[in-house]
Amino acid sequence: MRKSIILCGVGGQGTVLASRLISSAAMARRIPVLSAETIGMAQRGGSVFSHLRMGEDLYSPMIARGEADLIIGFEPGEAVRQLPFLAPEGQMIVSSRPVMPVTAALSDTGYRAEEMLDYLASRVSRLTVVDAEAALAAVRSPKVLNLILLGAAQRCGALGLEAKDLKEAVRRLIPEKFHALNFRALEYTP
Amino acid sequence: MGNEAIALGALAAGVNLVCGYPGTPSTEVLETVARRRGENTYVEWSVNEKVAMELAGGAAYSGARALVTMKQMGLNVASDPLMCLEYIGVKGGLVVLVADDPGPISSQTEQDTRTFAAFSKVPLLDPSSAEEAYSMVQEAFELSEKYGTPVFLRPTTRVSHGYASVSVKDPEEYAVHPVEGFVKDSRWVIFPKLSFANHRKIEERNAALQDVFSASPLNRTEPEDPLLSGLRRGVAAGGFSYTYVMEARRKLGALRVLKVSTPFPFPEKLAVEFLSGLDEVLCVEELDPYIERELVYICGKYGLKTRILGKMTGHMPRSGENSRDGVTAALAAFMHLPVPHEEADNPPPLPVRPPVLCAGCPHRASFYAVKQAMKGRKTIFCGDIGCYTLGNAMPLDMVDTCLCMGAGLGIAQAVNHLENDRSCFAFVGDSTFFASALPGVVNAVYNQAEFTLVVLDNSTTAMTGHQPHPGTGRTMMGDVVEKVSIESVLRGIGVTAVETVDPLNHALAVETVRKIADLPGVKAVIFRSPCVALFRAPAQAAVDPGKCIGCKKCIREIGCPALSFRDGKAVIDPAQCNGCTLCAQLCPVGAISGGEPHA
Ligand code: SF4
Ligand code: SF4
Repeated sequence: MRKSIILCGVGGQGTVLASRLISSAAMARRIPVLSAETIGMAQRGGSVFSHLRMGEDLYSPMIARGEADLIIGFEPGEAVRQLPFLAPEGQMIVSSRPVMPVTAALSDTGYRAEEMLDYLASRVSRLTVVDAEAALAAVRSPKVLNLILLGAAQRCGALGLEAKDLKEAVRRLIPEKFHALNFRALEYTP
Repeated sequence: MGNEAIALGALAAGVNLVCGYPGTPSTEVLETVARRRGENTYVEWSVNEKVAMELAGGAAYSGARALVTMKQMGLNVASDPLMCLEYIGVKGGLVVLVADDPGPISSQTEQDTRTFAAFSKVPLLDPSSAEEAYSMVQEAFELSEKYGTPVFLRPTTRVSHGYASVSVKDPEEYAVHPVEGFVKDSRWVIFPKLSFANHRKIEERNAALQDVFSASPLNRTEPEDPLLSGLRRGVAAGGFSYTYVMEARRKLGALRVLKVSTPFPFPEKLAVEFLSGLDEVLCVEELDPYIERELVYICGKYGLKTRILGKMTGHMPRSGENSRDGVTAALAAFMHLPVPHEEADNPPPLPVRPPVLCAGCPHRASFYAVKQAMKGRKTIFCGDIGCYTLGNAMPLDMVDTCLCMGAGLGIAQAVNHLENDRSCFAFVGDSTFFASALPGVVNAVYNQAEFTLVVLDNSTTAMTGHQPHPGTGRTMMGDVVEKVSIESVLRGIGVTAVETVDPLNHALAVETVRKIADLPGVKAVIFRSPCVALFRAPAQAAVDPGKCIGCKKCIREIGCPALSFRDGKAVIDPAQCNGCTLCAQLCPVGAISGGEPHA
């Protein structure tokens, strides 16, 4: 089994942690993992992505255009940006909530999330849109969008991992006082 | 992570001393050493790369194994001791870890440490993956001791920050390297005569290393697919680009490949074997056309007819990072196969997202205070390297120059000597203050310059992920020590006007800047407030939609990413707000309340 997964969003949304959770869960199942992610300046509110590949005989963690089995979009605009990487039969999980760049608030050049989501719907046959506002309200924390999306990705089968694999990864990587909240987010279904 | 693998490799080699200065993408090496070290390893963040290199040299003189870490920009700072160390030589193994940054993703230059290796005559190992980096660091210590020279290990960003499953040794299997101690000997004192004698030895040694490396499994050729052997084409690659080539080969057919893991000294014999019988070779590498130049040189030297293609011939991009798709397309073109074309698609226009200061970042308040205080005056704001470089973004627009660490002080002084009527400011962070601002302050005081030094003290090295430094009073060995006071240092140098103020108190901050800026000579404002990325604020601010008149002043003036505008009113995203209250202080109708910053 080889899998190529892209996580994308805006710096500060928790893509790096989500990618590490997937890696950790896969490695615990003795699946070789390669990954690469944005670290540094761009983490401050810029576009960020993680490329993650699992399976045997891989050389590069970077994913080629049209090769990703799954894209987890933490933000509709960023999901559109990464769309060229999605394989023809690939799946996409995307959060409905846009994050406006500061420049948009300054010059009224904001964009509409609906426009991005419509575009994705017209191009991606296996698309799951997660209503971020409802989900965050239901789990009662504004900070765990990453775990909510990760849970949705796991349930759609594209990760090739089981729910308990991710839970164990949370136990390994996240301080104990946040476990309950993170489990709630992972298990959230609308 | 590649950097963690390098750290564990160094620990497995029994490293005795590790030092360095933070810099993306090198930082996690030293942090991992600090976390995983045993009691035989000393670790520190040194004040800058030059000092770190000198410590590492001293350790190697004493027969210890030393690792010094930095990014490529840091090597410029450390180059003075390193150039000389190569002539002096080492006793204990000395590995110089320099992380290069093709792109560049978070650096000022796309300089290539392979070229620096050839210039400084220091052997260099160039890993393609985290796994290779793990074994190479151990090999580098062996080489360093065997040949008495520092050895470079040069990962690039994708190797340093890539994750991979790597099997590593358990602590019980780590080598133990006893330290012999310093032995007095004239070999440690550099003199022209000694340099002359050692220079000859270095050249002989590096010539010999070319043969050693030609026979080493680090460098290798991958055979071509018999079906393609009629093509008489090959690819030479090194570093992370090698992985792109191997992925592309799977798709396009297996060409003969030369993997160069020791660009300096170059494995000449192996390259000659690889080139024989080939008509054309494409060089796939990042930064300088290093392998390409070597192969062109070898073809000339041996009278080979092989055409060498790459960056210099326009077959590969001259700057920036390589990519899987870019390398696949270049290889397909090289093999005269159809180049995969991109289908034209018309996505809706996407937002541009320049990186910005975090919500509630005290630097935003500091810049805004200076901006307000100096409104309408003729000024120059010289910036520096760190999170606060982001003060250049609109609407703050408070960085007129940014060159390299500490440079703003020199620039501000020169501008003041030429234009007396201009108010000159130099901004530095607290970590940068200790790393590279002190000679600039002494220079200004001595040479009678007039400018305002603004120290943005958030008590950490924020850009690279919060490392301690002399002003924080914590060391990487876990000790709590006396803080080095920025105020006392400045007063000691002779700066008499030094004021410290909380930038989140906007009115007071503006008043302080006004007062200080009008004093003669060298003077300083220290803005002290902790980095918001370290602690969550106790309370977030909120806009009362009943009071907000929709004037947008809060958004227009400070550009906090937590603020946006919806349905004619300002709104604050509670997930991002760090409660700094700056927006509340400038709202003309008091519509914002409730924020509380971390103390
Ligand atoms: S208080 Fe205002 S300026 Fe400060 S972080 Fe919150 S929204 Fe941004
Ligand atoms: S400055 Fe005050 S009144 Fe003006 S938009 Fe912001 S919150 Fe509303």
